[in-house]
Amino acid sequence: MSSLPLAHLLNEPVGVAHFMLVGAVMFVCGALCMATKRNALGVLMGIELVLNGANINFIAFGSKYLRNDANTLGLDGQLMSLFVIVLAAAEAAVALAIVLNFYNNHDSVDVDRAEQLQG
Amino acid sequence: MESIYWPSFFFLLFAALACGFAVAVLLATNIVRMAFYLVLSLASTSGLFFLAGADFVGAMQLMIYVGGTLVLLIFGVMLTSQERFVEMKTMAGDWVLGFIAGSALLATLAWVAFSVPEWRGIDRAAAEELEVEATVAPLAMGLLGARTDGGSEQGYLLFFEVVSVHLLVVLVGAAYLARAKMKRGTAEERTTQVEPGAALPN
Repeated sequence: MSSLPLAHLLNEPVGVAHFMLVGAVMFVCGALCMATKRNALGVLMGIELVLNGANINFIAFGSKYLRNDANTLGLDGQLMSLFVIVLAAAEAAVALAIVLNFYNNHDSVDVDRAEQLQG
Repeated sequence: MESIYWPSFFFLLFAALACGFAVAVLLATNIVRMAFYLVLSLASTSGLFFLAGADFVGAMQLMIYVGGTLVLLIFGVMLTSQERFVEMKTMAGDWVLGFIAGSALLATLAWVAFSVPEWRGIDRAAAEELEVEATVAPLAMGLLGARTDGGSEQGYLLFFEVVSVHLLVVLVGAAYLARAKMKRGTAEERTTQVEPGAALPN
């Protein structure tokens, strides 16, 4: 029954696909957070989740411990995820400044009320 | 019955924690609880990074994300958490649409992930022969443009510089955007026009 992906999960090493599944769950949760939350900070947290889901995929594809072949991303995957972490930190700083500005001007963090740029 | 392969056990543990708290972030309506669940989810993710052999990235995940970015987010939550913003309900129609789209996306991604046989893992004997290597020194050399691990020759020096300048610009920009508004006029006008007995302006 080794063709089943979930068989022998505790006795055999996990592979890239299992990490990708975790990444997919975090990505989908983040995307739904971005779509459904009305609090601007909730949307920001959704973005963080999406970036982390992508990071898990980078790490998994770059790891030689998860694959048979040496044809991995290698260190490139880890460097990419480092850049993603840095960009996420920068994006959080700017987005937080914008949210605070919006809160000071409108007394609200409801993204539905942010319609000043509407044509 | 074979004995338990402990890395797989810890993978299952950290994966369940990361996914569970990610779902909790999505389902919680209280913004303070969302921030707390996000901390736990991202910390479990760093455990997954360690398991995949990325020790430096896992440490950076803990330091930058959990120690920096999330503290920033929690400050934002505290600065804006008035009574009516702590709990903001989403409309039921949004939930239904979101869950239909989300489950479709999740099913597609999971199917793609498990449809490639090489991605389903290696057998246990091969895994136990692999040597664990530290990644800090090769990563640092890669960032400085001198790869030692047989990747591309160029390395990431340019990206490193671009990210550095980007961080500087972002810090200046964030400070500029979030600064407190000062009232116009000189300092003398602002202090002398207050009537006696009036409340101090904030």
